[in-house]
Amino acid sequence: MGKRIGVEVSIAAAEAAALADVDVIAAYPITPQTHIVEHLSELVADGHLDAEFIPVESEHSAMSCCIGSSAAGARTFTATSSQGYALMSEICYIASSMRLPIVMTVANRALSAPISIWNDHADMMMSRDTGWIQTVAENGQEVVDLIFHAFKVGEDHRVLLPVQVNLDGFILSHMIEPIHMPDKAEVDAYLPPYKPAMRLDPAHPVSMGPVGMPDIYTEAKMAQDQALRNSKAVIVEAWKEFGDKFGRYYKPVETYKTEDAETIIVSMGSISETAMTAADALRAKGKKVGVARIRLWRPFPEAELFEPVKGAKNLVVLDRAMNFSGGDTGILGGEVKSVLFDQNHHPSLRNFFVGLGGRDITVQNFEEMVEKASANGGKPVPYEIINVRD
Amino acid sequence: MGIAAEAIKDFKGFNLKNMPEVEPLSSGHRACQGCGEILALRQAMKALGTNVVVCSATGCMEIVTSPFPQTAWNVPWIHVAFENTSAVVSGVEAAYKAMNRKGKINQPDVTFLAYGGDGSTADIGIQALSGALERGHNFIYICLDNEAYMNTGIQRSSSTPWGASTTTSPAGKYSKGQSTWKKNMPAIAVAHEIPYVATASPAYPVDLMNKVKKASMIPGPAYLHFYSPCPTGWRCGGDESVAVARLAVQSKVFPLYEVIDGQYVLSRKVAKPKPISEYFKMQRRFRHLTETDVQMIQERIDAEYAELLKKCGVEA
Ligand SMILES: Cc1ncc(C[n+]2csc(CCOP(=O)(O)OP(=O)(O)O)c2C)c(N)n1
Ligand code: SF4
Ligand SMILES: [Mg+2]
Repeated sequence: MGKRIGVEVSIAAAEAAALADVDVIAAYPITPQTHIVEHLSELVADGHLDAEFIPVESEHSAMSCCIGSSAAGARTFTATSSQGYALMSEICYIASSMRLPIVMTVANRALSAPISIWNDHADMMMSRDTGWIQTVAENGQEVVDLIFHAFKVGEDHRVLLPVQVNLDGFILSHMIEPIHMPDKAEVDAYLPPYKPAMRLDPAHPVSMGPVGMPDIYTEAKMAQDQALRNSKAVIVEAWKEFGDKFGRYYKPVETYKTEDAETIIVSMGSISETAMTAADALRAKGKKVGVARIRLWRPFPEAELFEPVKGAKNLVVLDRAMNFSGGDTGILGGEVKSVLFDQNHHPSLRNFFVGLGGRDITVQNFEEMVEKASANGGKPVPYEIINVRD
Repeated sequence: MGIAAEAIKDFKGFNLKNMPEVEPLSSGHRACQGCGEILALRQAMKALGTNVVVCSATGCMEIVTSPFPQTAWNVPWIHVAFENTSAVVSGVEAAYKAMNRKGKINQPDVTFLAYGGDGSTADIGIQALSGALERGHNFIYICLDNEAYMNTGIQRSSSTPWGASTTTSPAGKYSKGQSTWKKNMPAIAVAHEIPYVATASPAYPVDLMNKVKKASMIPGPAYLHFYSPCPTGWRCGGDESVAVARLAVQSKVFPLYEVIDGQYVLSRKVAKPKPISEYFKMQRRFRHLTETDVQMIQERIDAEYAELLKKCGVEA
């Protein structure tokens, strides 16, 4: 039956990986991911989880171990943040190209320099093009649910891709939240044992990771892209089944009061909770504001995003990482604009960079941004960094 | 008795009569003629047989054996990147351990092999290797030492010997070629206090295969360092690489030894050592060296060999 408990989100994430009965964990500590892997090694040490915990000497080796383990046919989990992600990124591209369903939680944190342990989305944006399925959690319950979902989707033979579950560092990872933890039987009913499509097995020798000459490389990349695009249907299907079993339904883009909204805030992650509070505050003042939150970051949900925002006059798009001199938009801003361009739709759009390296973002900041978007009158305006000292 | 000594106490070696016929690494690969790496790797695979998973670093032996859709491997093989093969093998080994324990598979006797070139081993992959040795995974690591980055066009590595001309340590008016002494990788492996370390050469195939076999019998990590002539990079004839390899042993340049539970054991004492100049003469990478240079190198080689004999408890 499971139970509802008050628990730190990192601990809950580790418990979720344990409930998924992972075989191998390879991880290297970095703030704010540490509590996840500390708790996993504790679970192994106390005999609550039968798994190999490999205390590697770097994140680069963490992902490399994960590839070896997953290729050998084991259910495999890791977690990282920021600089750790940056160090392992070479191998992340290879994990998806080799179609290995590793699951990784990333406790999102700013990138150096200056070194900052605090939350933003620089690591998530860095990982954007690695070919992993990427989901973004808003709260602790979602972190747990997305971890079960990640194994379910990644290991599906129609998909076979690694999955990255993003959660905001500290703001989510270190919060104590009320979370419904399912029991083992419930998880087992949702998540079947991992059956690799092929594995490193002397009884059935295969060669993995060969050289790709120019006559094959393009086709290999095309097949990989198609696999990621096609995964969307499985992702949605697995969320439906999850909802039917657990009563919590998820979709690629979550909406809050968007139906009649004149201004819609497009966001990702835990900041969306502040955005919803701000929407309510603004509605109390007679402004029709709603929120569209992207939960599925890759494959990108173009249609699912356009649907709720198409009626709005103004859009406020929040980026939580820099896009140095990358034109007039941030990374999410650019993606949203591309969706609108394809639909020949031109609302008044303002793109703001907020909450970099742990900078707080307040309801007042949202009021200011909504004001600016409404006042802009449809002219293209370059992005603006909010809440910054001159 | 130490872990390694205990594990190999009943070891019966290979000889020319009981050579296994199995070829886990088949012909048809694209290595250059006379390649010492592929020869050594083939001998190693014959010794290991087919109940093995092989993890490859990027480098010549990866490129020449795996041009998709062909493969020269008759055993499971995986290549991921240049610097991480020790971490990949750690993951494979851990996966087998967990899955065997949990009853998901029943394959307790698989051997795990990782190999890389000298660049992959002594330079960019030394961190991953050190991590895997220190954690004590049950695997064999083979360094295929051809004394440079051959796959990318003969650039120097930390395993390139003093005086060798490479494309990034070229001999010139102000340069003698490589200006540093060869990194002692086996000693670095020994410093990890693993049960078994050995050096071997494809010019002595029975000795090489016996060491590989022992490594597979010993629980925990084993590090093997293979001297692997590269005719292309060393600029000698393709039909001369075995002769060069033999001369390297006979001139004390590449001594053959084992380190069993930390104890150095000399595999063969060089009775009448050949002068190093003979070894140099066969390879054009050394042809710019003067007599004085050669003399200086000879002194260093003599001293290193004397030091090794002392460690092995053998009279000079
Ligand atoms: C991270 C990274 N850096 C550089 C390279 C380019 N590279 C591929 S193989 C290689 C040299 C291999 O040298 P070695 O390990 O000695 O093997 P060999 O080819 O000599 O057998 C280099 C530099 C790479 N593939 N990846
Ligand atoms: S370049 Fe050297 S190491 Fe590489 S395949 Fe040719 S002979 Fe072998
Ligand atoms: Mg080399």
